Amino acid sequence: MISNFFKKPKNVLMIVLFISVFAGMIDLPKTPINIDYKLPEFLGGKNIKYSNIIGGYNIYAFNGRVQRNLEIKKGLDIAGGVSVLMEADMSQVSATDKATALDSLKNVIERRVNLLGISEATVQTSRFGENYRIIVELAGVFDTGKALDTIGQVAQLEFRIEDPENPSTDINFLPQFIPTDLNGADLLRATIGFNQGDTVSNNEPQIELQFNSEGTKKFKEITEANLNKRVAIYLDDNILIAPVVQSAILDGKAVISGQFTLEDAKLLVTQLNAGALPVPVKILEQRTVGPTLGQESVQKSIYAGGVGLLLVMAFMILYYGRLGILASIALIIYGLITLALYKIIPVVLTLPGLAGFILSIGMAVDANILIFERIKEELRAGRPVGIALENGFGRSWDSIRDANLATIMTAFILFNPFDWPFLPTSGPVRGFALTLALGIFISLFTGVIITRNLIRVFYKKVKVKNI
Amino acid sequence: MIDFMKFKSTYFFISSVLVLTALASIFVWGLKPAIDFTGGALIEVSISDENVSSDDLSQYATNIESVDVSSVQKIQDTNNYVLRTNTIDENKKAEILSEFKNNYSNVVEVRFETVGPTLGRELLIKTGVAIFLASILILFYVARQFKDRIYGVSAILAMFHDTLILIGAFAIFGHFYEVEVDTLFVTAVLTTLSFSVHDTIVVFDRVRESLHDRPNLNPYDVINKAVTETLSRSINNSMTIIFMLTALSLLGGVTIRWFSVALLIGTVIGTYSSTFTAAPLLLILMRRRRQNS
Repeated sequence: MISNFFKKPKNVLMIVLFISVFAGMIDLPKTPINIDYKLPEFLGGKNIKYSNIIGGYNIYAFNGRVQRNLEIKKGLDIAGGVSVLMEADMSQVSATDKATALDSLKNVIERRVNLLGISEATVQTSRFGENYRIIVELAGVFDTGKALDTIGQVAQLEFRIEDPENPSTDINFLPQFIPTDLNGADLLRATIGFNQGDTVSNNEPQIELQFNSEGTKKFKEITEANLNKRVAIYLDDNILIAPVVQSAILDGKAVISGQFTLEDAKLLVTQLNAGALPVPVKILEQRTVGPTLGQESVQKSIYAGGVGLLLVMAFMILYYGRLGILASIALIIYGLITLALYKIIPVVLTLPGLAGFILSIGMAVDANILIFERIKEELRAGRPVGIALENGFGRSWDSIRDANLATIMTAFILFNPFDWPFLPTSGPVRGFALTLALGIFISLFTGVIITRNLIRVFYKKVKVKNI
Repeated sequence: MIDFMKFKSTYFFISSVLVLTALASIFVWGLKPAIDFTGGALIEVSISDENVSSDDLSQYATNIESVDVSSVQKIQDTNNYVLRTNTIDENKKAEILSEFKNNYSNVVEVRFETVGPTLGRELLIKTGVAIFLASILILFYVARQFKDRIYGVSAILAMFHDTLILIGAFAIFGHFYEVEVDTLFVTAVLTTLSFSVHDTIVVFDRVRESLHDRPNLNPYDVINKAVTETLSRSINNSMTIIFMLTALSLLGGVTIRWFSVALLIGTVIGTYSSTFTAAPLLLILMRRRRQNS
């Protein structure tokens, strides 16, 4: 049943038409439509008013479990922003803990990025031999100095004690604080606990701090010297909390209790954890792209792509006549489907990626050219049109597949999908490899299946000589 | 059928001239590696002020402690200047920019890239691995595909021929237009590798097909027939790619201009070599085999 359905070219074309319209809808950017037109008198002179916004649709599926807007994701080189490669200094970390240290480094940096309020950011880890690295990409961030300071500082978190020179006189005001040598690097982690002690404050959230061995020593000295005084915890020169020391802490496990709501406690714990990088980092590579450079390049590239597309279509039509028109239709469908896939997957579009897309338009007609040349040969050999057309498709397939496999293999190496450390990984290059590979797969579909069925339906009655 | 193989010594002569020119340019001028490979920093600023000169910019930047400026380049038709320096950090960059702002109006940072020196070496190694791996993969693929060594050998020789000429072209561009070789160039080289065998496979497929039907045919005729049959396809297909890449090279953004040019050269040479280098090579290897047996 199903195979019979697909044997009818008209049915296949219906599906293709459906896919194309669907892809076209996905491709459509948000466009307002405002029609306000007065019909001429002889048509009744009525006013036609219509106003709506089409395009820019969102994905909404599985009762809202899958939700996304369908905008093209722009890479850093287009959107502008900063990308930083940092190396973690693991010299003080034992071999078995390095992987964990890298993971917690990533977590801390992610939290700091969130604290900065940067929405489009990615933080990745990478290992190359004995090098442990973090790659941070912040789209749309141009105040790089501040962002990098916040992200890369080891100890933004500081513990301060009351200034003995300026003792507080009024308990309603916080005293002056002076810095100590205890900072975020000494803090292992902060967690939320619940008070189990007396009945009054039972089950109230409290904050538990765990220091590392160095921190334990320092904290012991501080608490011993500041009994019944305040020890303030500062993040970025802003005071987070200033609890009073109730007893000397010898084991590096401190508990801060008070009238915390659960929300407050959670926020504090996040801030405390974000305040400590487990290991120091050093910036190895930094790339900042201003907001205009990428946009200009995109506009120019799209213009260039349009000019190229017209040239290719003109060439195909001039050289192959009506077959060329069908190939051009297939090429436009190729463009629609490809763009729609970029939006659905989504593909992060970089400038080289855009170049890959434009290049793939030129390659997409390759299958058609192979096939058309075969058809010409078959006709020259004296075979009837119908058989020549089918043979042309059948015999070209091996060549098309073989020839494209080499490009797919290269794209694989360039994309490095498994993050093999011995291969280069660069965002823009990956963008190129991805659009190139996608282009080949989609063009196999449009160049072979779509063109074939277009020809079966529209090319039956044509004279042999014209091809 | 056109007797293409009659002129095979001419093709070899053209190829030799191209390859030798490429080798000479590579050895004499070398490639200009970008900071991706050497480490260093690049600052692109836009300064719309009439009194700007590259020398002054270089001087202002050099005045700052531990900043060495290696070159200042004005980008044609824009107010943008590209400074190349040693590896500097965000703070040094801020100092340089504020120095410019003190002297000129309308200073805008367009782009800043800085790469540590160790990273450059590392990328060089990884790039080598990538090129090696791609060649090996393609070699195995061609060998498996044709189950006959001489096809693989001819295809791979043509592929190296293309790669050498592309690299040579960039040695020349580097010398005359200060074009640098960066990660994107390597990407273009790898893509050229695959495009090169792409066309060659189509020609060789035809040779194999003919010989499969009638194995005793004269290789000279078989290859001539294959080339005749595939030439218009090869040229037409490349034409469409060349249209796209030419448009991109001439009209596209600055960032990917030389990337497009590299791909363009690779495509043109790849098309030429599959017909005029790989096919004659295959003929020579086939004849030699017949003489020996």
